[in-house]
Amino acid sequence: MGSMQKDTFRLGDVEFTSRLLTGTGKFASRALIQPMLAASESEMITVALRRVDPEATSKNILDYIPDSVRLLPNTSGARTAQEAVRIARIAREAGCGDFIKIEVITDMKYLLPDNHETLLATETLAKEGFVVLPYMMPDITVSRQLHDAGAAAVMPLGSPIGTNRGLEMKPMLKRIIEGSTIPVVVDAGIGRPSQAAEAMEMGADAVLVNTAIATSLDPVTAGKSFALAVKAGRMAYLSEMAEQKEYADPSSPLTGFLGE
Amino acid sequence: MSFIEHLDRYASFDFEGYFQSVTPADIKKTLSRDHLDSRDLLNLLSDQARPFLEEMARKASRMTHQYFGRTIGLYAPMYIADYCTNYCTYCGFSAAVDFKRTKLSLAEIEREALAIAATGIRHILVLTGEAPARTPMSYLVGAVEILKKYFSSIALEIYPMDEAEYRTLNRAGADSLTVYQEVYDREVYREVHPKGRKADYNYRLLTPERGARAGFRAINIGTLFGLGNPGSEAFFAGLHAGYLERQFPDVEISLSLPRMTKARGGIEPRNILTDTGFVQCMLAWRLFMPRLGLTVSTRESAAFRDRLIHLGATRFSAGSKTDVGGYAAKHSDATPQFEITDERSVDEVAEMIRQSGYQPVFKDWELV
Repeated sequence: MGSMQKDTFRLGDVEFTSRLLTGTGKFASRALIQPMLAASESEMITVALRRVDPEATSKNILDYIPDSVRLLPNTSGARTAQEAVRIARIAREAGCGDFIKIEVITDMKYLLPDNHETLLATETLAKEGFVVLPYMMPDITVSRQLHDAGAAAVMPLGSPIGTNRGLEMKPMLKRIIEGSTIPVVVDAGIGRPSQAAEAMEMGADAVLVNTAIATSLDPVTAGKSFALAVKAGRMAYLSEMAEQKEYADPSSPLTGFLGE
Repeated sequence: MSFIEHLDRYASFDFEGYFQSVTPADIKKTLSRDHLDSRDLLNLLSDQARPFLEEMARKASRMTHQYFGRTIGLYAPMYIADYCTNYCTYCGFSAAVDFKRTKLSLAEIEREALAIAATGIRHILVLTGEAPARTPMSYLVGAVEILKKYFSSIALEIYPMDEAEYRTLNRAGADSLTVYQEVYDREVYREVHPKGRKADYNYRLLTPERGARAGFRAINIGTLFGLGNPGSEAFFAGLHAGYLERQFPDVEISLSLPRMTKARGGIEPRNILTDTGFVQCMLAWRLFMPRLGLTVSTRESAAFRDRLIHLGATRFSAGSKTDVGGYAAKHSDATPQFEITDERSVDEVAEMIRQSGYQPVFKDWELV
């Protein structure tokens, strides 16, 4: 286990030990966020700027997030690159830091991201010094373009937001993971710990889970279960377990008789 | 192709006959499907669906949690003028009703805004009657510019406009639009809108489409239950919402379920929508459109609203006043458009939502 202790991943200048990113949306009570973070050991949590109200009469959503956890504001609500850029700037001015998750969504039925606008926003915001994490449709070419545009990671979706359908995009995710030189965070659609483990076994650098944790009856225990699954999946990946095979593998080599 | 063509396909459809032909097996089949079509919506609105309400409720509740979380968005209405040139036979603001009309000055709008914002509300719905001469574009733009200072989201429920006019208001800072067809049944529509601008059924029917093209990010529609036949009206409203969702994928679509209450000079509702019928509509719509917003106003009683939290509702108004200047700029003789039955304060409604195991969401938009 010695090697596991140094197994971190980096976004911008920040090193993370936990490979489970979480979210603040959909909770029955915001008071659940802090204990969920503790149980899941998540070191980064996303929050929609549209939900941040610095002038709130009661507590602001940011008050529920401990200082030790990195804030990942997102641009939920943006329909164009320009809107995403404006939201990112407002987030920075509001004291949410330099990290930004770009969400540009023009399909309210399935909440699918617009890769073109996402790429444009990434270019602008990376130049402005943001640590940009773009939420994207798994597309290898766009993934490379996002890298060139200065993204700190790519966040391809497993399946549409909130569907709990798991890795419906698995073959595409595999290609992106194989080819990417920046971290790949599988975001959206992960509905159970086994699916999170599956993404990690495939070599994803991290996963982001919100709906499955927030809408469970016990978000704290659910958070913990995802933490364990992510660790297990990561360990499996690092141990380079043999791939599943669809056919039996003869244990004695077929060409052994040929000699040297 | 507009929604008119979709609607007119049902011009001679025998709703009563279809509703009576639905069998329990049809309902079971509908409930087993992942994606519901318009036939499924009809099935769920039929009397045969009544014994399945609990099953519908459980499914609707699960879907709502999945897509909206355990949250209820809050907003408040602000009536800024009650001048109206329409003769809607069911409305307290009808031109036929004799009462002293009022319109808030921009300074009064600001006072109202301050009072509402102090309760924590960040989403505002601005309402006027239909009297463009009294509440012209310049006045509405002025109102939006003031409200932008106090609110994160500004929705309009004003007289139907052309696309270009809506675009002006959208650019000024209004992001959402509410407009009810009132009644989809053309005959009843004609009867209850005898004259005035509103007598033009098609112009009103296409208003949500013009709003979507003008750039509004959220559109809320509905039928006023009490006028037409509840089953076919609920079907048309659902069909309309589904059409808008397909046609304008970047717009959030939601439905309201206003039920007629007593208003000054108003007629008695001829098609009472019962509580059970109300719940059945909500559930049928939710199953038909998983991501549909469902808005419930303070026309509904506190006790009833408390239950609706668990049945697919996504948005509540709270602390509402339906008279012009009702929050702070009180015009002592102002008349409410309809009677409020949930009279709890914003704090009380928010607390009830928390007690029910849901999170009240005050702010869910950012004007950029």
